[in-house]
Amino acid sequence: MTISPSITSPERRPVRLVGLLPWLFAAVVVGYAMVVGGYAATVVSFALIYAVFVTGLNLFMGFAAQVSFGQNAFAAIGGYLSAVLTASHGWAPVPAMLLGIAAAVLVAAIVGFPTLRLKGHYLAMGTLAIGLITYEITVEWQSVTQGYMGISGIPPFGIGPYEVTSDRGQLILLSLVVAACAFAAARIRRSRFGRALSAVAGSEEAAMALGIEVARYKLLAFLLSAGFAALAGSLFVHVVGFVSPEVFGLHMVIVTFTMLYVGGIGTVAGPLVGALIVSLLPETFRAFKDYQDLAYGAVLIVLLIYAPRGLASLFSPRGRS
Amino acid sequence: MTRLRLEGVTRRFGGLVAVDDVSFDVPAEGVTAVIGPNGAGKTTLFNLISGFLPPSAGRITFEGRDITGRPPAEIAAGGLVRTFQLVKLFEDLSVLDNVKVGCHLRGKAGLFAALLRPASARREEQAVEARSRELLAFAGLAAMADEPASALPYGRQRMLELARAMAAGPRLILLDEPAAGLNTEESAALSRIIRRIAEDGTSVLLIEHDMTLVMNTADRVVVVDFGRKIAQGTPAQVRADPAVIAAYLGTGKPSADKPAVQEAPHG
Repeated sequence: MTISPSITSPERRPVRLVGLLPWLFAAVVVGYAMVVGGYAATVVSFALIYAVFVTGLNLFMGFAAQVSFGQNAFAAIGGYLSAVLTASHGWAPVPAMLLGIAAAVLVAAIVGFPTLRLKGHYLAMGTLAIGLITYEITVEWQSVTQGYMGISGIPPFGIGPYEVTSDRGQLILLSLVVAACAFAAARIRRSRFGRALSAVAGSEEAAMALGIEVARYKLLAFLLSAGFAALAGSLFVHVVGFVSPEVFGLHMVIVTFTMLYVGGIGTVAGPLVGALIVSLLPETFRAFKDYQDLAYGAVLIVLLIYAPRGLASLFSPRGRS
Repeated sequence: MTRLRLEGVTRRFGGLVAVDDVSFDVPAEGVTAVIGPNGAGKTTLFNLISGFLPPSAGRITFEGRDITGRPPAEIAAGGLVRTFQLVKLFEDLSVLDNVKVGCHLRGKAGLFAALLRPASARREEQAVEARSRELLAFAGLAAMADEPASALPYGRQRMLELARAMAAGPRLILLDEPAAGLNTEESAALSRIIRRIAEDGTSVLLIEHDMTLVMNTADRVVVVDFGRKIAQGTPAQVRADPAVIAAYLGTGKPSADKPAVQEAPHG
């Protein structure tokens, strides 16, 4: 990196435009899915739901540089509360979703308070346990969750008499939610709150020495992340109309981690780019038949070698923006 | 007026007494330096004052309030801010953003202010920006505001850490070997900046190996050896003190076989 005086305006322009590329890519993919509809719309819908989840994960893992293998627990809480309240108790989707988010944040506060005293690998193990326990509960608490059978007949998302049932309607709704989440992440990034998270990520000791209450900011990032996870869980059950324990299992942890790292951990656009790429790649290689997974894996490795800080970081002037 | 008072401060690590019954006052005015040979317990002393380690015994008061064993963030919020011997910058952030983090204590915007950006939060953000740029200019880093902190040469990183600590608006700043790794020219510039900080009303307490810096910058010197305070006074008094000379240059007795004054800065 060369030491040059602050960037002058003629140089700054292209940098800004390049920064828009990830968003343009996302818009093109969503637009394509809207035109084509059908299977493509389903794949992109799932990708957008994952993008909400990963945006939250990124606040905790990217902005604050902590580790959690257990955010799927909060998606499960959001998803199951939405499912049970709307399908079994006749609630409207919006209040059920809000209650689900509130419940997930509350559980995150109760669980996070002791768990966040752990660091590094220990925090990873502790949070993994949260996910596993929640999975067991969704399997065993049959009177409410119906175990492996799952809950079906969940109504589509809607407000009052308006229900979002079409593929296009769902894509528009999900795009709006993702845009709102990315907007929130961008605003957090450039605020006193976001800087405090970056400080915790950079050096906990230096942060403490500057008066930042490290434990408090870690917990807040964890709660936010849980809120996003619950929102994603709730969106999922309304889009699919069905939920079972497998939906929020270990598979979700692995997929969302891949999305976060491929897209660009710590960036604002990374979660969305990662969610789209990781969802679309296996589809792209469908023609490879038996070798589909092999090709998918190979591409992931190449991506992580040539863009170790994720695809979105390629388009930002600094490693993280 | 006394800004910081240490009374019988002691810290044991198992059988080792790293800081042994140390008492001294840091007045509000000017620059106070703590010197001593490597391993004398200086950094441990700083960790005790700034709350990174609880003392085994003794009392530390800052502006009359007892801060003994309080958590670091609380002590910083009270107006006592430290830097580190090995610079701890937020390397992924820009130079400017590092200083903005330093302004944390001067703001109060939280999560909702971040999301909704009410007028109060925008004003606070403007004030933070202005204050940060002012401090960068003070530290001679204005031209590098948008560089990542990790791209700065070492001497500049030290200046940035100092600017970041000053951004917190401390009434007492603890500098842990601020001249470590600096060349003569940088060290002289640092000395001027430290004097400016003291003249602007922030008390300075520093640990230093660079004797030129201490002699040129400090108004008062506290000398520690083997965790004990062995002398105290003006630079000239301390330099003439037989106990200090013995500690630094040795008296011929094996127990006093310590490194010389002009030693390597890292220890």
